[in-house]
Amino acid sequence: MNNISVILIIVGIAFDLFGCIGLLRLPDLYNRLQSATKCVTLGTCSILLALFLHYGFTSVGVKALIAIPLLFFASTVGAHILIRGAYKYGLKLTDKTVVDEYKEVDQ
Amino acid sequence: MIDILLYILMGMSFLCFIRVLLGPTMADRMVAIDIFGILVVGICALLILKTGRLFLIDVAIAWIMLSFIGTIALGKYLTRNKLDE
Amino acid sequence: MKYITLFLMTFILWLLFTFTLGIYSLIIGFVVSLVITLLFGNRYLSDWKLYYNPVRYFWALVYLVIFIWECLIANFDVAYRVLSPKMPIKPGIVKVKSNLSSDIAKTFLANSITMTPGTITVDVIDDNIYIHWIYVSSQDPSVYTKKLIGRFEKLLKKVFE
Repeated sequence: MNNISVILIIVGIAFDLFGCIGLLRLPDLYNRLQSATKCVTLGTCSILLALFLHYGFTSVGVKALIAIPLLFFASTVGAHILIRGAYKYGLKLTDKTVVDEYKEVDQ
Repeated sequence: MIDILLYILMGMSFLCFIRVLLGPTMADRMVAIDIFGILVVGICALLILKTGRLFLIDVAIAWIMLSFIGTIALGKYLTRNKLDE
Repeated sequence: MKYITLFLMTFILWLLFTFTLGIYSLIIGFVVSLVITLLFGNRYLSDWKLYYNPVRYFWALVYLVIFIWECLIANFDVAYRVLSPKMPIKPGIVKVKSNLSSDIAKTFLANSITMTPGTITVDVIDDNIYIHWIYVSSQDPSVYTKKLIGRFEKLLKKVFE
């Protein structure tokens, strides 16, 4: 393993860790989705990129490379539909919320 | 080296399970499961580097697609139902 | 022509996924892409001419680089908010008006907003995009519109229109 892929793996795991800490610490579901989905997705993408750098243009490397956009789109669409569903489900926003302009559309 | 990183990732999936235990509503629990699904892809990638079994990348791709379908199903369910207090 | 474009896209994706050139794998890929093309060819790619314009791919590359850079910067920002003991968050849902016209451009804008940490698209209704923002720094629409979507919008206009 070369140095760049080791660094990418460590950075990715650090981002995963931040995402999971956010999943435990933040007050409501909307903020948890903010930290968790995106930090964790970016971290995992970084690990897959390290896999591509390690194996080069072989079958594993190319598959890891096309797994990155797949993961990107899957997790963005998933986060969007979860946050919309949670709002329609009737979950309360946290007390710290300053503005909510979606309320008028929901009714 | 890879071993230690794998243990760290598995520890993080336990953090997800703590959220599953704590989560006040069903939606919180399902979000934690969704995040766990993404972590499993990272675990698969590290296992390839550790063991050298190349088919695990196919497992990772299939896992991404399946967890995506699960998330969409949950989102549809949440959109059509109301939280009864 | 529309059908041929879709067929080429699905077949190249199949080749990348399997990454072998065995004869059986090629035949299965051909048949599956043909079935998908015949089933769904009518619904997608209404503007297939755009896919053969090389200038757009250049702007897409520029967009990708800027997007990854923004993503990294914002990710450190969210990591700081999560880790600091006081948790300086000020969440809220704001409404942003975009002036992109085509559907696919709007989809890409919404996906980019979701992927830059700190903001998630809640809903897109006509031209309005509702965004959940983890730290609402100002309540003035013109200021936050520029801050949230200004840079992406200009490039997406070049890529998709």
